[in-house]
This record gives sequence, C-alpha cells and structure tokens, in this order.
Amino acid sequence: MSGQWVQFLASGLTAGSIYALVALGFSIIFNASRVINFAQGEFVMIGGMSAVSLVAAGAPMPLAIAGAVAVAAVVGLLLERLAVGRARSADVVTLIIITIGASIFLRGLAQLVWDKRIHALAPLSGDTPIEFFGATILPQSLWVIGVTIVIVAALSWFFRRTLPGKAMLATACNRTAAQLVGIEVRTVLFASFGLAAALGAAAGVLIAPITFTSYEAGIMLGLKGFAAAILGGIGSFPGAIAGGLLLGLLESLGAGYVSSAYKDVIAFLIILAVLFVRPDGILGAVRSERV
Amino acid sequence: MAALALVIVLAPLVLANDYFYDVAILVGLNAIVCVGLNLLIGYAGQISLGHAGFFGLGAYGSALLCSRYGVPPLAALPLAAAGVAVLAFAVGRPILRLKGHYLAMATLGLGVIVSIVIANEDRITGGPDGMAVPPFTVLGHLVQGEQAWYWLVGACLFVAVWLALNLIESPAGRALRALHGSEIAAEVVGIDSARRKLEVFVLSAVFAALAGGLTAFYSGFVTPDKASFLHSVELVTMVVFGGMASTFGAVVGAAVLTILPQALTAVREYEMVVFGAVMMATMIFFPRGAVPTLESWLRRRSS
Repeated sequence: MSGQWVQFLASGLTAGSIYALVALGFSIIFNASRVINFAQGEFVMIGGMSAVSLVAAGAPMPLAIAGAVAVAAVVGLLLERLAVGRARSADVVTLIIITIGASIFLRGLAQLVWDKRIHALAPLSGDTPIEFFGATILPQSLWVIGVTIVIVAALSWFFRRTLPGKAMLATACNRTAAQLVGIEVRTVLFASFGLAAALGAAAGVLIAPITFTSYEAGIMLGLKGFAAAILGGIGSFPGAIAGGLLLGLLESLGAGYVSSAYKDVIAFLIILAVLFVRPDGILGAVRSERV
Repeated sequence: MAALALVIVLAPLVLANDYFYDVAILVGLNAIVCVGLNLLIGYAGQISLGHAGFFGLGAYGSALLCSRYGVPPLAALPLAAAGVAVLAFAVGRPILRLKGHYLAMATLGLGVIVSIVIANEDRITGGPDGMAVPPFTVLGHLVQGEQAWYWLVGACLFVAVWLALNLIESPAGRALRALHGSEIAAEVVGIDSARRKLEVFVLSAVFAALAGGLTAFYSGFVTPDKASFLHSVELVTMVVFGGMASTFGAVVGAAVLTILPQALTAVREYEMVVFGAVMMATMIFFPRGAVPTLESWLRRRSS
C-alpha cells in the first residue's frame, strides 16, 4: 500500500517537475510582455527532437543536450524578433492567435525537418529501476527532479542576484517605471523568449527518455504547462512551480486511484474548482480593476 | 444583410461541382459558429477556448437522440441544443466570473473535459473511431445531396446573421459593448453584467451546438476531433482573423480559414507551415482583422 503511494508520488513529482519548467516559461514571457505564449509546448518538442537528432548524428550526450537547448533558444529569440515583437501594440486575443499560429508553423516545420515518427532518447544513466520504499523508480525520474531543482535554484539566483535578472523582474513589475530607470525593456522582452525557450527545451530533453517525443509532443505538454501556470497564478514563479507539482501529483493520484483514462479530466476539474474559489490562482496576486 | 443574401443566392453560379458545394457548406456551418462566438468574443469581450466542446456536444447529442432514441432529426437538433444551453447556463456563471487568461484557461479546461469524455465513453459514442449519424429528414422528406444541404445551411446562416445583427443593435447588444469597455462602468449605469455575459455565453453555445448537430447530419459521421482543443482554437482564429466585433468579419474569417486548408492540400507537406505563417502574418499586419482593416481602407480611399 505505502509502496503504491510512493510510486504515485514519484511519477507525480516527475511529471510535475516537467510541468513546472514549462509553466515557468509561460510566466517569464507573460511577465515581460503580458503575452500567453501558446508556442511554449513547441519549445519542449524542439528540445526533445533536436537532442534525438544530435545523438543520432554522433554527438555525446552533454553536447547534444546543450545543442538542443541552444537550438530552442534561437527559435524562441527568432519568434520574438520576427513575430510577437512586431505586434506589441495588438490586442491580447490577437497576440494569443499569433502564438497559436507560431505553434502550428513550428509543428509543420518539425514535420518537414524531422518526420512524423515517434522517437526515443537514451536515458541519462541507464534504465535499471531503483527500489525505493517498495516502489520502483526509473533513474531518469531522479534526473528530471534533480535537474529541475538545480534549474529552479539557478533561476532564483539569476532573478535575485544578477542585474539582468533584476531588470527582468523590474519590467514585470512596472514597465514604464523600469524604462524610466534606464532598463532596455525591448531587450528584456527579447531575452525572456530565449530564456523561456531554453527552459522548455530542457524539459523536453529530460522527459524524452520517459514519454518519447514526436513532432506533436508539444501540444499536450504546452497545455499542461499553461494549466500549471494558471493554477499557481500566472506571472508568479513560486506559483508556477507549485502549480506544476500540484498538477503532476493530482494527475498521478487520479490515474492511480480513480481512472487512468480520466486522469486529465480529474486534473482539469480540480483546476476549474480552484479557479472558481480563487479566480487568480493559488499564489497569484489578487488584483483589483482600475476604473 | 442584402449583400450576404446575394452572395448565398449567387454563389451556386461559381460552384462548379459537388466538391465546391461541399466546401461552401462547411464554410456556412463554421460561419454559424463564428457569428455566435463573435458575439461573445468580439462584442462582450469574453474569450472562449472551449466552444468546440459545445459544437461536439451538439453533434453527438443530435446523433444519439436520433439513432438511439428514435427522435426525428428536426426535434433532435433543438433538443440537443437545449441540453447544451442548460450546461452552458450551469457552468457559465462561475466561469464568467473569471477574467482574461483565467477565463481562457477555464473554457479550455471545459472543452478538454468534454472531448476526453466523448473519446472515452466508447460504448455510447463509439470512442475515437466516431459514430455514424442517421440521415436528416424534414417532415418525412429526406435532405440529401450537396445542393439541398447548401440551401439549408445557407438559410440557417442567413437567420443566424440576422439574429446577431438585431441583437447587436438592441439594448442588450449595447449593454454587451458597454461591459466590454469597462465592466465596472457598465454596472455603474445599471447593467447587470453577470447576467448579460451569461446570456451571450449561452447564446453562442447554442449557435455552436446547432451548427455541430447540422454538421453531424450533413457528414453522416462524427468523431471526437470535432470537440477537440484544436477545433476550438480554429474557431477563435476564424473570428479574430475576420475581425472582432464584426459579424460579417466572422463570416469572412470562417470562409477564408475553411477554404485555405482545402486549397493547400496540393502542397500537403507544407500545409501546416503555410497555414501557421498566414495566421501569424495576418495578425501582425492586420491586427484588427481582415474586414475592419478593409473597411477603414475603403473609407480612406473614398474620402
């Protein structure tokens, strides 16, 4: 019984870490530009697929991972420069449509560059399961959780201790005020897309050995990341992490104790319930409308 | 209005064969959904990323009432739409308290839940394989063939546009536009914004359900794709592409984005790339949508 519980907890935390990374990407871009980037899931896909290609081309794993993250970051920067950045004065719904267009475009491009098949990536340290309190855990799960902790720590250091990080936070807080103290808001916006894309790609590389990857892999992961970001309160970094982990755990427990076919339904029902009680997410700032 | 009637009546002159009729019918069906969705998004300013859920429920509801319970199609269609209206009414109130991205998330969640339930309840709905739909009969007469369907859908679209235009010019329509501008300001002048939002949400869900039911009867088959998140996104894109707060824009958006993928089948591999690029480019260069941009351009030319 307790072994089963540990099992659900482990798979929930693994999926939750991935959702948290994707959700952080949503929040970073939202903070810089008030845009919900529906192409965030495609960064996850590009990360996974690029890593698969680089490994197939003979690159050693660390190089393949770095390359995959770099490819996604460049795509993210291009997306900002060529599309989103050109329509900054547009309506929120218009911007949403632009990012949805971008996600369709990127998926189509992935289909051309790669193919429609499902690919597997080798796990970072073998696939001999580890026995742990009566549960069997894949080593890759530990990698996912461990690397996520390292990334979150690094991000927290970046936002608290470095000048570019502080500039990003300041822009998120108040764009005009940030501009007045000499922050290049335009650059912050540009950089936020690169950073979010890199985070998405890291998630894609980490999860590819467990769930495999294909040109369509980004759709559901992107949706889940968005759901996690909203659950935690969009724009809040602790919220994104809490939302991601909570969503992963809910799904895993729902799949284990209720019905695996309905795990997504359970997760979304709980998100709806949370939003009805707290319309600004669990850790989101409660806003009041200015008239 | 007259222009739309003229287009519907004159279009058969250029519809050379059944394939063209088929595309025209699909345009009409999508346009009905978009006219309703535009009332919600364009006029009331409330986004919905879950309308394919209502569309799918309308389609499956009509199909099931007909095939399982022997309800005549002409009764099944409004019954399914009434069921969707009750659902939209029940979930609308808590959902519409949310704003902006939270509203987008909640409607998206609603749509995803509907599509997963449809795909999983395979004993009732046939699951991912879809289910066959009985033929459409009106008072014992079978409606079949592309031409008959063309006139039926054309008439429905005409009525839908007429209803939408009337609503927009009514006090209720002005109330919607007021709460789009500022909900608090609207309430200050005595508009019950929660009720107005709920009404237009239910109305747009009914439009989607009716179009869904008609689509099911027309194609004789329905799959869970019709209720998917991607279909919801397609519908919103049509509205925004044509131009928000423009009823004819919604029709034009539905037409362009229904015809475009058909035209792109010649370059199958590049279909998604071209489609995505067109979506991005239109929104970047004409952020207000095709019809409003064209209107202001014509006005500038004439003055």
